[in-house]
Amino acid sequence: MSRSRGPLLFKDIDTPGLAGLETYRRAGGYATLSTVLGRKSPDECIEVVKASGLRGRGGAGFPTGLKWSFVPKGTDRPKYLVCNADESEPGTFKDRELIEKNPHNLIEGMILTGWAIGAHTGYVYMRGEFGWLQKILDQAIAEAYAAGILGGDIAGSGFAFDLHTHLGAGAYICGEETALLSSLEGFRGQPRLKPPFPAVEGLYRCPTIVNNVETLANVPHILAHGAAWYRQWGTEKSPGTKVLSVSGPVQRPGNYELPLGTPLRVLLEEHCGGMRDGLKVKAVIPGGSSVPPLPASLLDTGLDFESMNAAGTFLGSGAVIVIDERTCMVDSLWNLIRFYSHESCGKCTPCREGTFWMTEILGRLEHGKGSPTDVDLLADLADNILGRSFCPLGDAAAMPVQGFIKHFRAEFEHHVQHGTCIANRRREELAGVGVRS
Amino acid sequence: MSGADVLHRVEEKPAEWPEALRAQVAEALAHYPNRRSAVMPLMWIAQRHWGWLSPAVLRLVARTSELPETEVFGIATFYTMFNLKPVGKYHLQVCMTLSCSLMGADRLFQHLRRRLGIDHGETTRDGRFTLRRVECLAACGGGPCLQVNEEKFHENLDEAAVDRLLETLK
Repeated sequence: MSRSRGPLLFKDIDTPGLAGLETYRRAGGYATLSTVLGRKSPDECIEVVKASGLRGRGGAGFPTGLKWSFVPKGTDRPKYLVCNADESEPGTFKDRELIEKNPHNLIEGMILTGWAIGAHTGYVYMRGEFGWLQKILDQAIAEAYAAGILGGDIAGSGFAFDLHTHLGAGAYICGEETALLSSLEGFRGQPRLKPPFPAVEGLYRCPTIVNNVETLANVPHILAHGAAWYRQWGTEKSPGTKVLSVSGPVQRPGNYELPLGTPLRVLLEEHCGGMRDGLKVKAVIPGGSSVPPLPASLLDTGLDFESMNAAGTFLGSGAVIVIDERTCMVDSLWNLIRFYSHESCGKCTPCREGTFWMTEILGRLEHGKGSPTDVDLLADLADNILGRSFCPLGDAAAMPVQGFIKHFRAEFEHHVQHGTCIANRRREELAGVGVRS
Repeated sequence: MSGADVLHRVEEKPAEWPEALRAQVAEALAHYPNRRSAVMPLMWIAQRHWGWLSPAVLRLVARTSELPETEVFGIATFYTMFNLKPVGKYHLQVCMTLSCSLMGADRLFQHLRRRLGIDHGETTRDGRFTLRRVECLAACGGGPCLQVNEEKFHENLDEAAVDRLLETLK
């Protein structure tokens, strides 16, 4: 591709050989190590990241510098840095491209973050399906060790940092930071009570910062060029860029790095080329499967944390799932809630039982066997899961249910009254090959 | 398969790490401050070698990580990617979550069922293919997609592309 795919993280991402150390260095990579390690104090680094306004790119959007500042000072306990590369939120596939094409960017971000928080060991927790990607990152880590960029004395600074990858084995819940830490410690991947927050008591009960891949990939750029430079992109409260993963029947699905605040319509029409096969947009899930959808009437909403909240949804992980007019919303929600039911870790009752019953109700609605009270029952269940489950997985299942009913209640009522979908491209296609579903 | 099914299997001979794997096992243990943390890496090393985690292999993992056997069985049954029974030479894992479903994953899965004559979770008689529906693989922009064993995802598939793929999997 000749044209740059983004202003920052994706600027050079398609450069051939960028995954190799030499090419990464020629593009300016690892230059920040010599200007930061042993030269800028950890507190200065934290202040720069705070001033940049960088917010977590994994979904929650928590201010990164503030999170780092929660690591206690003057403790003699080891501190850990953990990169969340679980990338398990349906619709999200950005961290995979960042690691596959530019693994050294992540390594550099982790070394610098390790320096800022006083950690000498880092782990990258990757989802189990990324075994092939782990090989790419392990290769880059081995190159970095061989060049003295990782290990006991990084680039002659006297700072020591070791980095290892850790492969999960198929569990959405391990993208939740405390479940991730349980899994990394060798337990079943179930969440833990907060507080204590990981920054105070995380991995091996030591202070731990857990950051997403994209968050850490921004750190070298911010420390190299400063907060004001970083704020040239984005909005006042959501500075910088965001990698948006677009899926569904658009002309050009894929990852796009855009300044935060870019309208959803610009992403879909200008960058993704609009819809394919003459389809029209019915709804867009803007931030991964756990956020409420936006109807097509709200496509001018900006892709930043505040604008999405004002529209009743979340920017989340920036995973934009486009649903067309010929797709049934009841069927789509049933698909998503099956996912949450499958992935509920079983620890708490509202999530375990609630996702099971929501799946049952949606299944009977979809198949025309719903009763007139089912739509309210479904909404009532979601209302009772939200805020009452042990970890955010329950909320992640409840929020789409609430949003789908709020914006598309007529489709649910149609299922109750007529026993069929208003339109269902998926089932028509299956019927076309002789399968009843 | 539940943990109880595993525990009721006939006792096998105790497993040992083959010489060729011992360096990998030592490397995995060296990455963490305690042996428990290596339990998943050890399972992966074992699964890549034996293809699945038999009760004897899980006991070997328990001995190596110095954990109670019951806990290791508990961990193995929590994660969906640890195979607790043998799988075919090629484990076809078809993503069925929304983004892929919008792009025709259901049709693709039906096509595979018919071509291979097996359903979700089953293995062909010749031991070549196991077919499985899975949840989101993080390849949403390339849906529909599938993963063969632990390899890189095959994306933007249709029936013809799947047929060509099957031809390469001998």
